[in-house]
Amino acid sequence: MTAHAKTQPTKGSGTKWVGRAIRRLEDPALVAGLGRFTADLPAARWVRFLRSPVAAGRIENIEAPAGALVVTAASLKGVKPIKPMLHKFNYKPIAQPVLASEVVRFVGEPVAVVVAASKEAAEDLADRVVLTIAETAPVVDATAAAALGAPLVHADVPGNIVLEGRMKTPEFDAVWAGAHKIVAVEARSRRQNATPMEARAGHAAYDATTGRITLTCTTQMPHLTRTAIADIIGMPESDLRVIAPDVGGGFGQKMSLASEYVLLVWLARKLRTSVAWTEDRRENLIAGFHSREQTIAVEGAFDANARLIALKADIVTNIGAYSCYPTTCGVEPLMALAELPGPYDVRQYQAHARGVTTNTCTMAPYRGVSRPVITFALERLMDKAAAAFNIDPVDIRRGNLIEKFPYTSATGLVFDEASYRQTLEMAVKAVNLGDFRARQKQGRAKGRHLGIGFATFSERTGYGSPAFAARGMEITPGWENAIVSVDPSGFVEARIGSSPHGQGLRTTLAQIIADEIGVSPEAIKVVHGDTDRAPYGWGTFASRSLVISGGATLIAARKIRAKLIKIASHLLEADARDIVLEGGHAKVAGTDRMVPISAMARDAYTQTHRFKGEIEPGLTETGSYDPPGTFSNACHVAIVEVDVETGRVALEKFLVAEDAGRIINPMIADGQVHGGVAQGIGNALLEEIIYDESGGILTANLADYMPPTAHEIPPIELHHMETPSVNSITRAKGLGEGGAIGAPAAVLNAINDALAPFGISIDEMPATPQRIRAALRASEKAA
Amino acid sequence: MTNKTSVTLTVNGRAHAIAVEPRRTLVDAIREECGQTGTHIGCEHGICGACTVIVDGEPVRSCLMFAVQADGKKIRTVEGLANGDELHPMQRAFMEHHGLQCGFCTPGFLMLAVGVLEREPNIGDEDLLDVLSSNLCRCTGYQNIIKAVRAAAKEMRGK
Repeated sequence: MTAHAKTQPTKGSGTKWVGRAIRRLEDPALVAGLGRFTADLPAARWVRFLRSPVAAGRIENIEAPAGALVVTAASLKGVKPIKPMLHKFNYKPIAQPVLASEVVRFVGEPVAVVVAASKEAAEDLADRVVLTIAETAPVVDATAAAALGAPLVHADVPGNIVLEGRMKTPEFDAVWAGAHKIVAVEARSRRQNATPMEARAGHAAYDATTGRITLTCTTQMPHLTRTAIADIIGMPESDLRVIAPDVGGGFGQKMSLASEYVLLVWLARKLRTSVAWTEDRRENLIAGFHSREQTIAVEGAFDANARLIALKADIVTNIGAYSCYPTTCGVEPLMALAELPGPYDVRQYQAHARGVTTNTCTMAPYRGVSRPVITFALERLMDKAAAAFNIDPVDIRRGNLIEKFPYTSATGLVFDEASYRQTLEMAVKAVNLGDFRARQKQGRAKGRHLGIGFATFSERTGYGSPAFAARGMEITPGWENAIVSVDPSGFVEARIGSSPHGQGLRTTLAQIIADEIGVSPEAIKVVHGDTDRAPYGWGTFASRSLVISGGATLIAARKIRAKLIKIASHLLEADARDIVLEGGHAKVAGTDRMVPISAMARDAYTQTHRFKGEIEPGLTETGSYDPPGTFSNACHVAIVEVDVETGRVALEKFLVAEDAGRIINPMIADGQVHGGVAQGIGNALLEEIIYDESGGILTANLADYMPPTAHEIPPIELHHMETPSVNSITRAKGLGEGGAIGAPAAVLNAINDALAPFGISIDEMPATPQRIRAALRASEKAA
Repeated sequence: MTNKTSVTLTVNGRAHAIAVEPRRTLVDAIREECGQTGTHIGCEHGICGACTVIVDGEPVRSCLMFAVQADGKKIRTVEGLANGDELHPMQRAFMEHHGLQCGFCTPGFLMLAVGVLEREPNIGDEDLLDVLSSNLCRCTGYQNIIKAVRAAAKEMRGK
């Protein structure tokens, strides 16, 4: 069920396509099995990576069968390591060799690569290579790694602290000292894997005529992949073309540079042929980037009216063995540092964030990055504070949410107009809280444990380069360019630097262009994911593409519109103010005079003399956009039932009241929220990468690492508001991550509400049956 | 492991006489020897269901069947769902109800749903949910897949 409510009418009448739930232009090929994914390409040679079976050790020998093509670090002279940089905070740059040389730092780290004529032959050959590694003592847990005397993961990083950031507002101590009540929570998120249904894959092909390499791979950032690989190998960037074809989901995992792709390009150049790799699920689960492993201890100082007056946080992130490129391992701890106060009006803030390196798979961004965990911490704090003040969890939020905009946070973020309070009220009304409490009471009397949990949060989206510069990133992936052109036949094409992989951007951008130039979306082709065809851009991540690439596209389309109107005024001999573009024609309003856009486009190339020098030849325009960023917001509500005998949690209902500004395509927007919520529920209840003490992974297939199925996800009820953003020229805010950000907190709060009679607090996710039972057993013993 | 066996795979009505090693999985043979790449590989452990095809009328995880086991059997893949230019009701329903985002798991879900509904056209909503929970999707949260399959089931029953 979906309800779309508007806080104010969308301005600018004449929109025909924006706001409509049209079918996706991506779908006909995908439902017919005609999608083209990387693993579909044939190759002359296939590779298999030999990966470290141990978490820490020294490589002593690599013995290959005679005649086998086996590449090790020793073969890679001149190939630089992956070494992303941060120029702020206390960051120790750590280097990741493309293949491990001398030492291995996590189970799954690539140590060598074998090349053969087929996938099977490469696997057979890999089995015959003998790796001799002398094991050394690993550190797996972040707390252990940060302790005095722990083994060092990198010899040049004392104490295993790769990153440290601090923040404190000037009046913090004074305000803290005057608190009426201090409430504390230590929230812990275990490690997760984004688990796109398509694991990673790459295919590098050498072109004998030009000497160029085409790398086709499952990336969210094709241009930066090109820049990075050219830098690392030391080849001209113009000799490398990167294609992201159909990509089977990414969720952040395919944003970070895979060292495997560097090897493929290196091999294709060396062997002068095509070389391919398809990651298997085990490789993906052990070595395809992990996320979320964080412990956030927060303390809130409240005044006598339950107003949060100061917030203190200690953030510890297990960053794994290396620092991911391009964001660096600062992506989780620094986001937590800057965004922890969330949607609450709290003026005093003190925080300490650390990124700790361990002998585990490298951490990288995953949908929401730190925000699912900081929201979990903060929303648990709010519920605990409500209990401490003996007020309703809804009331404590009512009293603390930001209500005046623009709002500058304690960490200096500027929040644009949003609807924190309104979405909370919308959710409370829709969920019928009074009825639920009555039902909960009846249930408890019969030994049934129902619970309700709320999560209110802000989602910073569509932020441009200044936001990344504020973190001190050497690479600030903020702006986007879009090139909209109409060719001499009248065919409309938009080439963009974003790189969607399931978000439906080909459809939504076509809707934006269609309204500007008066053709239908089906007549517009959006081209992306090919560095030879698309302008340089940063790809698709961080809920940015519709805002930033959409903004760039709108700017370019407006320029095309202006030019078409000028051309039409010449051809139709009418005042430009009287020209309207619709139905594939320019028309003189109120008359039957019209000219098709295809004829105008033809003239723009072939009859330029007719425009008396007033119009530049051709019909191609570029738009650039680098916005300050905008905040979406939502209130999530989970209703659960906990079986106290087994610890099993069943979700009865999930409700979202959300505001992402102007909605370009409601069907696609709903789909983004659904998918995010489902991942958040998986994170809250099921998904966990488990390491044993020696650094071995116990969850290396999808039966042990458990993404939710259709059974675990309840019906998701959506309610929308639209507060158009002044910080986004399309008025749209991003919404790709929100579902995943709010859901874990709502689910955990609901579980704790259900278990309130037992006096326990589950502050760790996933809240597996084992964890819930352990907490219940402990409470039984205490009683 | 290089001894090859001759088998004939009938994929979407077309016979492919191929030679495969006994260890070759059906999905690899469909994708590589028969060139039908619409069927995807998600886990190779029989868990995700991305590789679901219909073999002699039953949905099968083609990563858990060897190609030699499918010798002489009738195999249907996503490429064979449409009737010429006319999409199957299940394909149309997935488009109309936004039952796909990245599209990687989609062929498996389409074949699973079609396979089950052809055998049990009157399957109840709860049983259908049980069936759909055999495959994984990471994009849609299943909401619109369930909607699409229910809508297509209704249409398929009406025929």
